[in-house]
Amino acid sequence: MLDSAKNMKTSLIRDEGIIKSASVLTDEQVRKVINDVLKNETGARLKTYVDTCVHCGLCSEACHYYLSHDKDPSYSPAGKVKQTMWEMIKRKGDVGTAAIQRMSEIASTECNLCRRCAMYCPLGVDIAYIMLVVRRICNKLGVTPTYIEDTSHSHSVTMNQMWVKDDEWIDTLQWQEEEAAEEIPNLRIPLDKEGADFMYSVIGPEPKFRAQLIYQAAVIFNAAGLNWTMPSSPGWDNSDMAMYTGDHEIMGRVKKVHFETAMRLKVKRIVMGECGHAFRSVYDMGNRWLGWKMPPLPMVHSIEFFHDLIKEGKLKLKKKFESPVTLHDPCNVVRGRGLHEMARYIVGESCEEFIEMHPNREHNYCCCAGGGVINCGPPYRNTRVDGNRIKAEQLFAAKSRGAKTIIAPCHNCHGGLEDIVEHYGLHMDIKFFGDILYDLIEKPE
Amino acid sequence: MIGKEQWDWNPGRKIITDLGKWKEEYGYMEEPAVSPDGEKVAAVIKTPEEEFGVCVNGEIWESTFDKICYLQYTPDNRLTATVSDVGEWTVAVDGETWENRYDYMWNLHISADGSRIIAAAQKEGKYLAVNNDVPWENEFMFMTDLSVSADGMHTSGVVQVVPFSEGDIHTFRKGCYTTAVDGRTWENNFMNVWEPEFSPDGKHVAAQIRKSNYEYSIAVDGQAWNNFFGCVWKPRFSPGGDSVSAPVRVGGAWMLARDGEIIWNKKFVQLWHHAYSPDMQHIAAIVAPKFGKWTVAVDGKAWKPCVDEYVTDMVFSPRHNRVACIGKDNGRYYVMTDGKKWDEDFDMAWKPAFSHDGEHLAVKVEKNRHYTYIVDGKILRESYDMLWEPVFSPDGTKLLIRGITRVSGQKEQYFREVISLNQI
Repeated sequence: MLDSAKNMKTSLIRDEGIIKSASVLTDEQVRKVINDVLKNETGARLKTYVDTCVHCGLCSEACHYYLSHDKDPSYSPAGKVKQTMWEMIKRKGDVGTAAIQRMSEIASTECNLCRRCAMYCPLGVDIAYIMLVVRRICNKLGVTPTYIEDTSHSHSVTMNQMWVKDDEWIDTLQWQEEEAAEEIPNLRIPLDKEGADFMYSVIGPEPKFRAQLIYQAAVIFNAAGLNWTMPSSPGWDNSDMAMYTGDHEIMGRVKKVHFETAMRLKVKRIVMGECGHAFRSVYDMGNRWLGWKMPPLPMVHSIEFFHDLIKEGKLKLKKKFESPVTLHDPCNVVRGRGLHEMARYIVGESCEEFIEMHPNREHNYCCCAGGGVINCGPPYRNTRVDGNRIKAEQLFAAKSRGAKTIIAPCHNCHGGLEDIVEHYGLHMDIKFFGDILYDLIEKPE
Repeated sequence: MIGKEQWDWNPGRKIITDLGKWKEEYGYMEEPAVSPDGEKVAAVIKTPEEEFGVCVNGEIWESTFDKICYLQYTPDNRLTATVSDVGEWTVAVDGETWENRYDYMWNLHISADGSRIIAAAQKEGKYLAVNNDVPWENEFMFMTDLSVSADGMHTSGVVQVVPFSEGDIHTFRKGCYTTAVDGRTWENNFMNVWEPEFSPDGKHVAAQIRKSNYEYSIAVDGQAWNNFFGCVWKPRFSPGGDSVSAPVRVGGAWMLARDGEIIWNKKFVQLWHHAYSPDMQHIAAIVAPKFGKWTVAVDGKAWKPCVDEYVTDMVFSPRHNRVACIGKDNGRYYVMTDGKKWDEDFDMAWKPAFSHDGEHLAVKVEKNRHYTYIVDGKILRESYDMLWEPVFSPDGTKLLIRGITRVSGQKEQYFREVISLNQI
């Protein structure tokens, strides 16, 4: 066993896929891939981060894993870099097959890439970027947690993350259209309507598990009298777990299909559902890998879209949501896009009582599901919930001041918070803005 | 098939129907489809019995359905759609349905001459293609990326041939997908196969493949190129069908390769959607010469004007090797052609259309929610509430306009109009 493996925390690797994939690797392959990636795919950015980090540890207090594990330094952002990238660089790639498994777990399941630590670093080191480089190295070696790798495979075959087949997608939209038309006669989910004002894109779990969200969106758009469409072809899914496995090539392919679908439909912008990571993919990583400095078409997150609809008077609310609410700020649309005040505007317009959780806005704690961690599946559920005790405490404090409902405008945040609420016995409801607005808006007769 | 020559090319406007009346009568009307010659307009409507029907120039198809999708005209002016009745799907052509029924049908394709209609189908969880009501002999557990040869005689799709459970990443990596051509699969399987493309004569098929996580290449009739790349995009056969080219990623940059060897020495940040000139002498592609800068390159040489957002809809003229595309810059859409960007900017612009002789270029454009054409850089005086894409007369002297104008009250007149180019 190489030294770096001996120095690793000796936790058992939980993921059979990682173990099986690593079993056919050689230390030489590990060395080669690490050095290839470091030499050919990372430039000044990684070097700057590595060279400028002064090991001050100020990033530690930013990390929910660190705070939730009684300030165990191995969970601090710098500690995670120390166990992964610094080892790779220090040993010139010679870390061996045993260590690479643990490195994969650290990068993929003990960091949500939430970028809270980047705000606490006096030098602005983006540790999420470093963790993504580690994930890419691991992915090139095939040593990526099974569930998220399977999701990336789904993206590669179907262009969506849930293995939804072409016909299942259209069938689901037609089913939701039929259901919604029961409530609002002649309501449509217009498919492939060329020249519509916007294309509405969603994430794979919506047709698979949360089809009512598509129904709700259709009702809301209908009530606002909007000219919109959804594609009948692959390209409807804006999500992107390949981004989080480090498989940039599949990330780029999925984003290409997404944007080109909108271009084909001649829409002026894409409105996306309440998803955080997908926003990161379309607004930052996927578009840029393809050579677009910004998204080629405006990408409008639902928070911004709902904000505008209410502000412009296109959505009228007949009453307010009565139960006291608190608001969870999703990392990718708040630290990544600054939509927190728009979210508060929607809350202010739609809810009777708002109780802030603390810290909030760009300082909010991550849900611990993001960054692909929830997509690493059941083997890592406890990693998530144990690693986010601090979130439970934050929610409990809001609950103590009266909050009964958590508004979380992000799918992964929903999943993560549901587990935390259940695990820590918080007994709080979790809702999307879409859930609340659907109930409150004036609907056409 | 009645050729374009037989269409009515006499200058003048003909009002076909008042779509406002349809809306009034049925209360429900989907987006209309118009025939290539502009003589017919059709839309899905709802009958008083709450069933879906198709209204064509004011007449309703005899048959009604539970659902109607992909309503469109064929190049030979027949009206087709996928339709569902009591839970079974088929294809209807001018109101007559095919004999075969499936659990689902979608992704309608039509051959260039309109003689063949093809759709993807699923029955009892098995997938196949259906060509003029004739299904593939073989069915598959999954199919996507249906494609059709130019003459419509052949069809292909990406199919799964090895089963695996969700989460079985190791079986997946061994290669469970291939291409089926007319229902018969290639000999080799791959981890991924994307977007099969037929040769001009329909005898060969090329597709992008992924052999392992990071080994991409092009396979032709199932045989991968000898060289593998960091990534690849959609391949094209040369018009003569004797070679295959594709954008390939090498060392983080995109280049153009033919039969596995680099042919454009120039590296781009991005390169895709390449196309051959009809005379086979030139290749053009959409490229990003620098990060965030987009244009067209012809034979590897990028046009000077670039746009910041995107370039799309690149086309070669049928003659004279002209190239045109749509570019988006700072939120505005422009027509770009022959290395120049036209001055006029729009809220949206559609695919450029060349006259048959390549002398003229017309593009449907949108400004302030009204639609018009820009022809050879000049904008039509009149704009419309709705417009379909322009069609040149075979001699290139006239233009067919198919549009809708809203006139007093609820009237929405669908019309076809032929104008001489010298009127513009």
